[in-house]
Amino acid sequence: MSTGTTKLDVVVSDVVPVNELVTRFHFRRRDGQLLPTFSGGAHVVVEMRDGERTRLNPYSLMGSPLDTREYTISVRRDNAGRGGSLFMHRQVRPGTEMVVSYPVNLFSLDLRARKHLMLAGGIGITPFMAQTAQLAADGGNFELHYTCRTASLGTYADLLRERYDRRVRLYHDDRDERVDLDRLLSSQPLGTHLYVCGPSGMIGWVRERAAALGWPAETVHFEHFAAPQPGAPFDVTLALSGKKIRVDEQQSLLEAIEAAGVDPPYLCRGGVCGQCETNVISHDGKFIHNDHWLSEEDHRSGCKIMPCVSRFEGRSLVLER
Amino acid sequence: MAAKSIISRPVYGTLSLQPGKHHLFIADAEGALAIADLAAKAPADFFGGAHVIFIPGRDGKYADVLEALKPAQFYLGHSFASALPRLKQTLANAHMGLRLYLAGTEGLIGQAMHAALEAGIDHTSIQTEHRGSLARRMQCVHCKGITENVTTQPATCSHCGLLLLVRDHYSRRLAAFQGVCINAEDRSEIPPIEEVFR
Repeated sequence: MSTGTTKLDVVVSDVVPVNELVTRFHFRRRDGQLLPTFSGGAHVVVEMRDGERTRLNPYSLMGSPLDTREYTISVRRDNAGRGGSLFMHRQVRPGTEMVVSYPVNLFSLDLRARKHLMLAGGIGITPFMAQTAQLAADGGNFELHYTCRTASLGTYADLLRERYDRRVRLYHDDRDERVDLDRLLSSQPLGTHLYVCGPSGMIGWVRERAAALGWPAETVHFEHFAAPQPGAPFDVTLALSGKKIRVDEQQSLLEAIEAAGVDPPYLCRGGVCGQCETNVISHDGKFIHNDHWLSEEDHRSGCKIMPCVSRFEGRSLVLER
Repeated sequence: MAAKSIISRPVYGTLSLQPGKHHLFIADAEGALAIADLAAKAPADFFGGAHVIFIPGRDGKYADVLEALKPAQFYLGHSFASALPRLKQTLANAHMGLRLYLAGTEGLIGQAMHAALEAGIDHTSIQTEHRGSLARRMQCVHCKGITENVTTQPATCSHCGLLLLVRDHYSRRLAAFQGVCINAEDRSEIPPIEEVFR
C-alpha cells in the first residue's frame, strides 16, 4: 500500500471504441456510491491483473469533474509497449471488476491565472477534456491548441469543437498544419498560464520556447507519464529488506520490488511525482534514467533512481529499500 | 539589507537578467544604482527594449544614471502615486514575456508588486532588490489607515493617532507592514521611540 493510493473497487460500465487506436473505459463503483471528487488534470492508477502479472498504469481522468457517478479514461493502444494498453483493449469488457487508485492530481489548473492556454498532442488530450469541462462550468477563460496526426486520429477533436467552438484550434500533421508557437506564446495577455501534455518531444519544445520567450517557470505546467520501457534484465540488491531480486525484461524496477513483497511509496508510476525516489547505495554499471523528476545533477551523481521508469545495466546495483 | 525574521517578511534578492521579450524596471532613489549594476552585466543593446519608471528621492539624484542607459522608454515620476496610472496601463496592455524588475525602498517594491499581482504576475517571478532607506509602509490594524515612510519603533498612526508597534508581519495584498497598538491597556504608558528603520 502506498501514500495516497487508497483503492477503489470499480466495475467497467462501458467500453467505447473511439478510433482505430483509442478506446474509452467507464468505471462505476461496485457499491453504487458516488466516486471521490477530483479536479481537472487528475489521474488514477489502474490495476491490471493479467494472470500472474499485475500492471499498474496511470491514466488521466477525462470526464467532467462535475460528474462523479463514473470515471472515464481513454487508452491508446501501444503494440510495442509492455502490454498494459493491449490488456485493456483485449481483455477488459463491460462488467469486468477492476481496482483503481484514488485520483491524484499532478497537473492541476492554477486558478489564479487570467487565462489558460492549453497545448495538447495526440492522446495528451485526455487531461484537457476534464480541465476544459471544469473551466467551462465556471466561465473560465481558456484556449486549446490540439495537434493530431490525422483527422481520424484526432481523439475527441469533433466533440471539443462542438463544445467549445473557436476556443479549440486543431492542427493536423498530415496536412502540414503546425502551431505557430513563438507567435502564440508572444501574444498571450499577462497572467496567462500554459499547460502542455503530449509526446516528450513536444513538451520539451514548448517548455524551451516558453522559457526563452520569458514565461516564468511557475506559469508553465506539463505532464508526461513516461511509460516504463522494457529492457535487458538486471539484478538488484535491496539492502534494507535484505533481498536480491531480478528485474525482468518486461517488468519495471518498481514492479520487481513490489513483487518481492517490498512496498515503496508511489503515486504516478510515470516518473513525474517523485514519491518512489530511491537512494542508490552502490553500483557498478550504467543507469538508464527515464524520469522527469530528478535533476540532471542527480542523474549524473548515480546516487538516486526513480524505479517506476528507470533501469540499470551492469554488474551490481544496491538500493536503499 | 532587510533582516530575515518571520515568514511573511519579504526578502529581496539581487536583480538579474531574465529571458524575456520586454523588460519593465520600476525604481526609486538608490534603486537606480541596482539597475545600473545590472546594466553593467547586460548585453549592449538590452536597454534598447526596456521601459524604466523612476521616482527620485528627495535629493533628486540618479535620474541621469538611468537616462544614460538610453532605455526605449524613460518616465520620471514625482511620487509612486503619480506613476501608478502609467504602471497600471503598461501592465494592462502587456503580454506574457514581459519581465518585471523592482529596486529601491520596500514601499516602492511592495506597491509596484501589488499592481503586478493585480495584473496576474506571480510574485515569485518578479525580480526585486532592496536599496536605500528601510522606511516602512505601515497599515494601522485598528483604523486601517496607511502611514508611509515609517522610520521609528513604535510609530504613530497618521490617521487615528494610536501608538503602534511596527511588526515584521507583512501583507502583500496591502503592500504594508502591520502596526498594532503598543499601549492598549494604558495609553499613558509611552515606551521609548527609536529610529530603527533608516
